[in-house]
Amino acid sequence: MALTLASTLAACGGGDDGGETADGKTRITVATFNEFGYEGLIEEYNEMQDEVVLEQVKVGTWDDAKANLYTKLAAGSGLADIEAIEGDAIAAVLAESDAFADLSDPELDGRWLDFVAEKGTNADGQMIGYGTDVGPEGICYRADLFEKAGLPTDRDEVAAMLGTWDDYFAAGEKFVAKVPDTAWYDSSGALGQAMLNQVANPFEADDDTIETDNPDLEAVWDDVTGNSDTLSTQLAQWGDDWTASFQNDGFATTFCPGWMLGIIEGNAEGVEGWDIADVFPGGGGNWGGSYLTVPAQGDNIDKATEIAAWLSAPEQQAKAFAAKGTFPSQVDALAAPEIVDAVNPFFNDAEIGQILANRAQAVTVQPYKGPKYSDILTAFQAAVLRVDEGAQEPDESWEQFQADVAALG
Amino acid sequence: MSQRTLDPAGARDGEAIASPPRAGRPPGPAPAAPRPWRERRAAWDARLAPYLYVSPFFLVFAVVGAFPLVYTAYVSVHDWSLLGGKGDFVGFQNYRDVWANPYFSKHVVNTLSIFVLSSVPQVVVAVVLAGLLDNQLRGRTWWRMSILLPFVVSPVAVAIIFGSVFGDRYGLLNELLGTVGIGPIAWHTDRLASHVAIATMVNWRWTGFNALIFLAAMQAVPRDLYESAALDGASRVRQFLAITLPMIRPTMIFVVITSTIGGLQIFAEPRLFDETTARNGGSDRQFGTITMLVYDFGWQLRDLGRASATAWMLFVLIMLIALVNLVLMKRIGSLAGER
Repeated sequence: MALTLASTLAACGGGDDGGETADGKTRITVATFNEFGYEGLIEEYNEMQDEVVLEQVKVGTWDDAKANLYTKLAAGSGLADIEAIEGDAIAAVLAESDAFADLSDPELDGRWLDFVAEKGTNADGQMIGYGTDVGPEGICYRADLFEKAGLPTDRDEVAAMLGTWDDYFAAGEKFVAKVPDTAWYDSSGALGQAMLNQVANPFEADDDTIETDNPDLEAVWDDVTGNSDTLSTQLAQWGDDWTASFQNDGFATTFCPGWMLGIIEGNAEGVEGWDIADVFPGGGGNWGGSYLTVPAQGDNIDKATEIAAWLSAPEQQAKAFAAKGTFPSQVDALAAPEIVDAVNPFFNDAEIGQILANRAQAVTVQPYKGPKYSDILTAFQAAVLRVDEGAQEPDESWEQFQADVAALG
Repeated sequence: MSQRTLDPAGARDGEAIASPPRAGRPPGPAPAAPRPWRERRAAWDARLAPYLYVSPFFLVFAVVGAFPLVYTAYVSVHDWSLLGGKGDFVGFQNYRDVWANPYFSKHVVNTLSIFVLSSVPQVVVAVVLAGLLDNQLRGRTWWRMSILLPFVVSPVAVAIIFGSVFGDRYGLLNELLGTVGIGPIAWHTDRLASHVAIATMVNWRWTGFNALIFLAAMQAVPRDLYESAALDGASRVRQFLAITLPMIRPTMIFVVITSTIGGLQIFAEPRLFDETTARNGGSDRQFGTITMLVYDFGWQLRDLGRASATAWMLFVLIMLIALVNLVLMKRIGSLAGER
């Protein structure tokens, strides 16, 4: 609910106010979505210097941010000085490189994990986005509900139980047999994300040709729609009902990239029993992770670039991790005490730094995500939801998904 | 500069003097004295001034209304991408594409359905409310102002409140219905249910506003008409039907046409009601409206050509329905008045 409000206000309001505050300081805005954990960093930045006022524009979800981004790219004005871009869409942004400042800086070579830096760099070798975080996934679960169903509750035992997708679905069957009013996972859309991120070419071939009728994708589709009736909440991820389901014992597990921890903690405020296991079915998986870009239309590109570099530096991202669990994509941050010693009381004092670092190690596949990935994903999520809602049979919905993708052109 | 050069009419008089006298006319300048300039100016003033006074509206309209309309038509006959800009001239291809798109007919039907579900009850309830408020009530102003309250709440806030009322799983309304044994209604999935939910939001917001407009019209109805009707033994209901309704017909036409335009352009309510990430009207476009399709083409598929073509098709549809309304309202008004 709050997400809807925030996103709508941001979509209507924008942030083009001339770039100066009332007392003559330069105003630099940074537009983010979900939780970046930047609140404390922004305060810190504003206290340590006197020339710039840094402000954050927050919207609910990436899809809202994306609509805003394209509208204002087309208009040629109105974007924030620094725009956060979701990792799945960074390829689409690289395709519009002219609209963004070249952030290449030899001093920053080697700051990021290789695959993160590569994804943020276009074919001409210009770095368009500074990586902020990555999304190595663990499994978050409700230990209290596990206990009710007679499943192990200790995080190591849970990890041992969920090694493959077959194990994961089998445990789910056991769970819902004992606790029929609670689903096994939070949404079919999230399961889809988790599985797509283990496929080498989910929607597009390496040369950007769209291939949405490939067998890997079909296998994901069959698993997602096949378990919808029995194991899923069948809710739209990020919707009001989905948000409410955190407070209503709606589900027992969810797929947990680092940045999801802050979201769970927010939505499940007051709920006890959350924990996170150092495991992910079918090997590791990376879901999301974002970039900071500087649109070329801004008035203060140099200053904005400097601030984007500061925000995405290892020291700062380590603090963002402490605030909201966004796992850093910077090599040096991985050894920072904020990560290594991180313990999260909400998740039953789990050593989330260690766990997520292990999860990052387990990632073997970096899916190829071309310029249309984000648009196709949106169509895929709608297709999954049609089956969840019972609006269509899986086959019918699959056909419509193919037609929707063809319409993307 | 002399006054004469400023006055073209005066200059023409001068020419007449210079021309040779025509046959049959007495020689010498015509004695008919030219009308004084001041008088002429006053005449022009009276004739032109009204146009000048209304011209700001038309100038502004030309800039923010007519120009976009024409420009949209221009865009609609080209390949035109959101970021890439203008491409080739394609004639009516965009219109054909939109017409053939399976979602188009769905969005049109949704729009009409939501429009009927909102406009009809809205106008009926507003007229009845206004009729009730047009009485000698205690605390009249309080009653009249309070029906306007929903209108001052922003549509975003309305959508959030109604979003939790119409939640499929954990919604307030479904919980209430559950207590009387009516099974949960899938407000976001079932097509008709979603239309009802959205129409409720619209009605909640606009009924009071329309009632106030009707009330103003009712207050202008001469009271002696009611007195003589009462003397003839007409009941309150009969007075309402035979006097009030025909007398407020122009206002009725105004309200019906404005709510037609508003109803067919509905966007914020369904978009905010949507819980899918694409926000284009439900997973299977159960409640996607035409304006949402315009947005979908323009900003999700980033094709301004098809978006503009859709916008023009919406424009034509609104014109058609407004015309039908106008004819119907004239008919209804005269029937009620028994004229």
